[in-house]
Amino acid sequence: MKVGDKSPQEGDNSSIGDLIEVVTDKITFKGSLLPRYSYLKPDHVVIKLNNGYNIGIQRDKIIRISKISEGRTPTFSKGKQPEIDESLPRIAILGTGGTIASRIDYRTGGVHPALTAEDIHTAIPELSKYGRIDTEIIFTLLSENLESSHWSQIALTASKKIKEGYKGIIITQGTDTMGYTAAALSFALAGSPVPIVLVGAQRSSDRPSSDSTINMIGAMILTTTAKFAGVYVVMHSDASDDSLAVHIGTRVRKNHTSRRDAFESIDIAPVAYIRDGQIEQVTSDLPERKDDINFKPRVDFNPHVALIKFYPGFESQIIENLVKSGYRGIVIEGTGLGHISQSAHATIKKAIESGVLIAMASQCIWGQVRMSVYDTGYDLLSLGVIPLDNMLSETAFVKMRWVLSNSKGNKEARELLLLNIAGEFTPSPPIRE
Amino acid sequence: MSKEHLEVTVGLEIHQQLKTKEKLFCECKIREKVRPTFSFTRRLRPVQSELGEVDPAALHEFKRMKSIIYHSGDEGSCLVEGDEEPPHRLNTEAVESALLVGLVLRSVIVDEIHIMRKMVIDGSNPAGFQRTVIIGLEGVLNVGEREIRVQTICLEEDAARLLRDKDNTREFDLNRLGVPLVEVALEPIKCTGKEVEEIALGLGRLLRSTKRVARGLGTIRQDVNISVQDGRIVEVKGIQKLGLISKVIEYETERQKGLLNIKELILQRVPSGKLSIEVIDVTKSFSETKSPVLKKSLDHGGRILALKVDKFSGIFGYEPAENIRLGKELAELARSHGLGGIFHSDELPAYGITVEEVKTLQMNIKATKDDAFLLVTGEEYRVREVAKALEIRIVASLDGVPSETRAATEDGQTRFMRPKPGPARMYPETDVPPMQIEAQTLDELRTLIPRSWEDQVGEYKTKYGLSDKLSLQLYDSDYLELFEKVTERTTCPPSFVVATLTETIKSLSRAGQDPANLSYPLLFDLFAAVDEGKISKDLVPKVLELLMKGGITGVQQAIKVIGVKPMGDNELQEIILRVVEGTNLILEKGEGSFEALMGEVMKEVRGRIEGAKVSATLRKEIKSKLERP
Repeated sequence: MKVGDKSPQEGDNSSIGDLIEVVTDKITFKGSLLPRYSYLKPDHVVIKLNNGYNIGIQRDKIIRISKISEGRTPTFSKGKQPEIDESLPRIAILGTGGTIASRIDYRTGGVHPALTAEDIHTAIPELSKYGRIDTEIIFTLLSENLESSHWSQIALTASKKIKEGYKGIIITQGTDTMGYTAAALSFALAGSPVPIVLVGAQRSSDRPSSDSTINMIGAMILTTTAKFAGVYVVMHSDASDDSLAVHIGTRVRKNHTSRRDAFESIDIAPVAYIRDGQIEQVTSDLPERKDDINFKPRVDFNPHVALIKFYPGFESQIIENLVKSGYRGIVIEGTGLGHISQSAHATIKKAIESGVLIAMASQCIWGQVRMSVYDTGYDLLSLGVIPLDNMLSETAFVKMRWVLSNSKGNKEARELLLLNIAGEFTPSPPIRE
Repeated sequence: MSKEHLEVTVGLEIHQQLKTKEKLFCECKIREKVRPTFSFTRRLRPVQSELGEVDPAALHEFKRMKSIIYHSGDEGSCLVEGDEEPPHRLNTEAVESALLVGLVLRSVIVDEIHIMRKMVIDGSNPAGFQRTVIIGLEGVLNVGEREIRVQTICLEEDAARLLRDKDNTREFDLNRLGVPLVEVALEPIKCTGKEVEEIALGLGRLLRSTKRVARGLGTIRQDVNISVQDGRIVEVKGIQKLGLISKVIEYETERQKGLLNIKELILQRVPSGKLSIEVIDVTKSFSETKSPVLKKSLDHGGRILALKVDKFSGIFGYEPAENIRLGKELAELARSHGLGGIFHSDELPAYGITVEEVKTLQMNIKATKDDAFLLVTGEEYRVREVAKALEIRIVASLDGVPSETRAATEDGQTRFMRPKPGPARMYPETDVPPMQIEAQTLDELRTLIPRSWEDQVGEYKTKYGLSDKLSLQLYDSDYLELFEKVTERTTCPPSFVVATLTETIKSLSRAGQDPANLSYPLLFDLFAAVDEGKISKDLVPKVLELLMKGGITGVQQAIKVIGVKPMGDNELQEIILRVVEGTNLILEKGEGSFEALMGEVMKEVRGRIEGAKVSATLRKEIKSKLERP
């Protein structure tokens, strides 16, 4: 909630939180002075009445505002901390901006995120049944503000924690770009000996119905008890609270703006479910959890990669501009089996000749790119466009950024792009949904 | 008016559904019933406020409920009701209706309304909060001579309807969730139960005068806050029938005064007010028990706990008024946690627990004859929880009346639901911006302020030629709109339609038939059938009875079941001619024979044709026979 300052009112020396009296021509209101949303005009004074309701009072009706008493800053006392079982595995919870739990200051209506391990223990005491948690806030950002440098930062912190002996890593993030981060960590931390789980909430953590705690408990169950390693997203599998799905980090996509089960595995079933506190593993060939903590994280990403979507009437100028601006790679989200209009082919040819890596994914979301079916596909292949089979376009984009930072020359980059590193290709998707 | 009743302070809160096309925060249509097609399971958890401090009501519900199942039908509810999507908008039609109510009640209208989230975690709202907006403050309600101050007028979303509550699982239907309702809260006043009923009736009539509120079963609900002197406020929810209010108040007064008496008795026994309570696991003492309740629990791996309370002998069973006992209060509390039987020492030996078992137990827990104990049994995790709650409640009996939320029962008593919630747990609904109430909107609404309900009743009286009684009955009826439609589209006499819709249905309901089986279309068909001569008016109660019994698909089928075959004019003519020709009475008595012959004809035609038609035809034939040369 973005709030602005209260607007000045003549003769009024009260500040936010103070108990005030507002006298109008009709009635005298008593309540706590609240900040006003910054997107609203400052023509009303907002107070919280004794009965808990907020109201806005029109400024030009106000005769007088007087302060009755100072507001007090809420002091949050720590709840009773659970007993820590020293025999349980250590799990690191890394915060990047998603809110696991909140507490509400009913006096002002403010919602405060729970940040420290103690806060989280108080809010979700169940977690300590499964493991010993430590928390670290890497940064606090809305997920749309994350860039690939942030992926590197998360990957570095996670790899450090793994080398310190943590048996699992939980990363909380806003859900909007969680799929991108999951793909990024899948490549950067490929070969991780322990499970790394991204988790978030679709419904805000201030509400009793929030999916955040249940998802968090699921992440905890997975990191402490799974026999497999790798990068996963754990979120609701349907509208109910009793089933969570475990998605491979490179195959997961947010497919709904608000539902709890927005995250879906594409062209593959979720590799596991978590129900009744147990992991039900569906896919058997997942990388095994290992005791040997030596692995080589490769955490760099080249930011000069763009993801563009083809649409009817697409102008090749867009590609030209990217090349001119120094872009090293472009992932095209083409139509159907992997097409882009003839009018753009000459530009694509020129771009590839100048050393830009161009790859094709499909905007259909489900299914393979197959560029050997129609002439257009053939033409694009012969220009050197790299077909990415059924890799998700978002994953392809992330991977190209990673590939261009972790290869010498376009030949190696191309080979790396087509190598199945973290389950990003699923050549045999099931027939059923 | 007895002196006793004036010791009670009562605050009335009325929740009245508004009549709008769409729900308060989404575009779902308001429908009486929607067949559920999809179900999902949720669990709500209390959100912390100041850390460590958890709302007692929220905690109670959280501990009690394992899961909540919601049933939803397409068109009746959408992602908003399922808490899968932010609210779409605040329904302006509902805001205007609530504002109109605010104006009618002469309240101060809020300049800018802010939607709030009020925490409710009993499952009745999948979000875990109810959205509510304060619209008006400090209004006035006049009922008869009395002027009552209105504290607040709020616009709220209605809750989901509870279908089942069993074994720690609650089931709700989402169809009703999000239906706009206006909540009017009156200032608590000292008065009798009857007076509260009159006030509620007056307020209901005033709300209906706006023509913006829904009518029908469950569209208006009353809550009352009741407190006796020296007691705390008890909130009683869900009084479905107006006539129960005074009964509930009477019961609560007795109960609360009884609790104060119990407090006195405890203080006589323990003047320091420091109770000594000990919780002891006594499972072993009952390993051989024949008591069905205890045995069943032990067979399922349950534990038995004893709460020993020093110097409490006789207090659990003490009955200061009929059926008011601390033991009963404690049993209700245990039941609200989902635990069945508890036993206390004042009622033992009984329920299969023997004298020997009681003696052994007293020895084992070192209880003297002055001490009392409670036995409680169930699964380990829950029985500990309940023992703790019982201990807290026993200590609270020193306060006399604890602050609680209670549910009204159908016979006008009350039952423990949960501890009273702490100060209103509200914070802003940030997904919908505040709305400024423009002066122009209010000016327009002022032109819609209806005439008083008394005037409106008078209008029905003149317009439809109804008696005073019938016109008031019509005004109060759930079927006012249907009545208007029937009188507009059929020739059925208005007084007959009103009497049927009010008196007949009421008396059939009293006789045990279910009015829920009557829908508007069904009732309209019934009057249409009368209008078309398919059945006579005298048969209407019989058809209604059948329809209310349920299982009948329509009026046509009901008529068939009763076996009425509508009579044509020719058939009537034949019967009348047969009677007229077969008698000498006409020649003997002339037109004076009518009464007797009418009776004879009616025996054959009753229910199949209008009586008026029979008498007209009969008179014609009598006359014609007399005129024959």
